[in-house]
Amino acid sequence: MDAQQALADLTEISSQIEAAVVFDDQGKVAGSTLSEGGRADELAKAAAALLAAAEGVRTGESVLTQLEVSTGEGSVFVVRDGKTSIAATTGGNPTAGLVFYDLKSALRSVKPAAKTAPAKKKTTTAAKKSTAASAKKKTAARKPTTRKKPDAS
Amino acid sequence: MRRSIAAALGVAGGMLAGAAFIRRQGASRERADLYFEDGSMLSLTNGSPGAERLLPLAREVIRNARSR
Repeated sequence: MDAQQALADLTEISSQIEAAVVFDDQGKVAGSTLSEGGRADELAKAAAALLAAAEGVRTGESVLTQLEVSTGEGSVFVVRDGKTSIAATTGGNPTAGLVFYDLKSALRSVKPAAKTAPAKKKTTTAAKKSTAASAKKKTAARKPTTRKKPDAS
Repeated sequence: MRRSIAAALGVAGGMLAGAAFIRRQGASRERADLYFEDGSMLSLTNGSPGAERLLPLAREVIRNARSR
């Protein structure tokens, strides 16, 4: 699914989310709920800075996958999956579990469009080949039986 | 007359104290929750060094999102 479409679905589903942006590890914006492109870039840059600062808080082996920072002005949520991240802002006292669930769903719907399309082609061609081969085998196996019938009679 | 003025002052004082209390509670609720791949979670409350770094950045994100 297109990132813009995924974000449109997200804001339709979750009334708590005020603004959201999808960006990659280079800070490139894939989609945003903000109308102006410049503002989306600024939001993605600020969210990437927040993510980088959060990574620096704990220098462990495990990777930071999601965060919530709640302030007096509202809350910021960031969910990361590989190189793609989604950041969203909400008002005060959001239902964190629901927001995380919606953000993960949106991120999941954005990602497969680029990754699974070539894989699908491979599986379908492989499936076709296997079915064709099995069909040939079946016909080859059947042929002698049809030939035997006239000889037998 | 004096009673009514005292009552009005009392109500206003109570309202100010209540507003200050709510504001203080809201400020103390400021925190950062970090979730890691291995399932661990780190909660940083307002006043900790980690939260002091993350909270201003989060405010900037919110300001960017709301600015028109």
